[in-house]
Amino acid sequence: MAGPVVEALHLTKHFPVRGGFLARETAVVRAVDEVSFSIEPGRTLGLVGESGCGKTTTAKLVLLLEQPTAGMIRFEGRDLQALDRTMLHAYRSSVQAVFQDPFASLNPRMRVDQIIAEPLVTHERLGSGEVAKRVARLLELVGLPDRSADLFPHEFSGGQRQRIAIARSLALSPKLVVLDEPVSALDVSIRAQILNLLRDLQAQLGLSYLFIAHDLAAVAHMSHTIAVMYLGRIVEIGDAATVAATPKHPYTQALFSAALPSHPGEKREEIILAGEVPSPLAPPAGCRFHPRCPHAMERCGRQEPTLLRETGRLVACHLYEGVIPARS
Amino acid sequence: MKLLEVRHLSTHYVSARGARVTRAVDDVSLTVGEGETLGIVGESGSGKTTLALSLLRLLPPAARTVSGEIWFEGEDLLTKSRGEMRRVRGKRIAMILQDPLASLNPLFTVGDQVAEPLRVHEGASRGSAWARARELLRAVRIAAPETRVREYPHQLSGGMRQRIVGAIAISCGPRLLIADEPTTSLDLTIQAQYLQLLRDLQRDRGLAMIFITHNLGIVARMCDHVAVMYAGRLVEAGPVARIFSSAAHPYTQALLESIPRMADGRKRLTAIDGQPPDPVALPPGCAFHPRCPKVLERCRKEAPPEVRVAASHTSRCWLAS
Repeated sequence: MAGPVVEALHLTKHFPVRGGFLARETAVVRAVDEVSFSIEPGRTLGLVGESGCGKTTTAKLVLLLEQPTAGMIRFEGRDLQALDRTMLHAYRSSVQAVFQDPFASLNPRMRVDQIIAEPLVTHERLGSGEVAKRVARLLELVGLPDRSADLFPHEFSGGQRQRIAIARSLALSPKLVVLDEPVSALDVSIRAQILNLLRDLQAQLGLSYLFIAHDLAAVAHMSHTIAVMYLGRIVEIGDAATVAATPKHPYTQALFSAALPSHPGEKREEIILAGEVPSPLAPPAGCRFHPRCPHAMERCGRQEPTLLRETGRLVACHLYEGVIPARS
Repeated sequence: MKLLEVRHLSTHYVSARGARVTRAVDDVSLTVGEGETLGIVGESGSGKTTLALSLLRLLPPAARTVSGEIWFEGEDLLTKSRGEMRRVRGKRIAMILQDPLASLNPLFTVGDQVAEPLRVHEGASRGSAWARARELLRAVRIAAPETRVREYPHQLSGGMRQRIVGAIAISCGPRLLIADEPTTSLDLTIQAQYLQLLRDLQRDRGLAMIFITHNLGIVARMCDHVAVMYAGRLVEAGPVARIFSSAAHPYTQALLESIPRMADGRKRLTAIDGQPPDPVALPPGCAFHPRCPKVLERCRKEAPPEVRVAASHTSRCWLAS
């Protein structure tokens, strides 16, 4: 098998906070801190965590909408920093995105065919006949009728608009699509349609997905691998079914126990965390989760755990470390 | 007699010149007993929020409750004067809305806002109302209530704001609490905290609750009974355990089937075809018939009546009758 499509190595993004005299840098928000993952061809990485955990910043780094402070992204084995302009151009067309709100992400003044064709016009020099053919094929791919091409976004329902956004993201035959909460703005009865469509497209086109959502059941359903983020760090990453069925990190355990049951008879241990996510401006020392952790030990307050292998996944938690590694 | 008994309630929106009538709530009957929790589920435009606003008579000017009765503690709320209704709202029936930032006044302190219903409904003095406000903040588990009472909404996190709204709602000891998507804007672990808080308040104070949501998971965790709305009508209602195990209406069945479950792995979902109908132009007959996998000829022409499937389980479907 070929190597991963996209690989993040110790990816870090800090945002400076300026204030006071001459807008000096007074603090720094560690939005993403030393995050590593890889996405194989045709596979889905699900990214979960609560607001402020850094999942959207991670997506922006992958989309090159933000420059990393440290660490690197590799695209098909090559460091993005080292790519020349034409290669970066190729990267940008290989990595596309679908956003949460299809009412905000489609220009209301453009017709559907213009919306879908826009990436084709900006990235590839094609004749108008060829563009029309590609648009027709994309509409068919996402299950919209031909006549949609001449209509405006307001003439469609939320689910259909999300299909238009998906068609646009596929226009340049990307390898990776970043799906940032693609169904949370849709009606419950429509969500399954879009999730099924995304799965069909993945099987048909061999797409890789970076799937971000707060609905854990949807993430478990869509992903091959799940990464759980807390305050800018990955605390657990591994096979989706394994992580969902037997979460190891106390935060993952609390998160999955907070997910709502699909049936009233479903009995699960309820772990209600105390307090709220601390500010990423001043993350707690040691393990960032320790002030809310039901299993916190003395050591958690002073030493940050590293990701270590534990029954089929990686976990950053002192509970699963046998010996204290000698590190200053 | 139940605490709340709604009989054949219909609320319509009428366009400016009366040319178009939208039946947002159409012939809805339901009951809530003391201390019970009823979940009302439906998609956007199904009429669940209009139903809640009809109960409190807080409808926008274009909407009218055209028929029905709302019996609450032995009185029909629809026959009450405006002044009498003002003494019901916030005192005997309280409401929590989705967005806590929109329900709190940014210019007043937390203490002022929690104390306000006590001063209005019970004529409490400023001092005693503030003392009660501090107790209420403690009841909704806000740390350091003595300092929090003097703060403004923008100084609090989303979860804390929603707990303040909860404190305001329970301040005058209501019998019924209507919560409209109260946790939609909250993070998962904060949502779990809030749902637990509501359950504890309900148990300690014997509150009845109506939970309006699109999330069947919340119904599964929180409710005793559930009413499913589709295009302004109650298509199915009954005890939660029964609806989840043997739903009678094809819409409820399809909705339950279409939700991804944690344990299913990557099994394909059963999607519902089509999309929710436009409330302004509902299909004839049963409003769900264009999307229904079990549609009969009759469904296209005649709307089905409400049929009793089992004890306290009703369905509006020709298949059930």
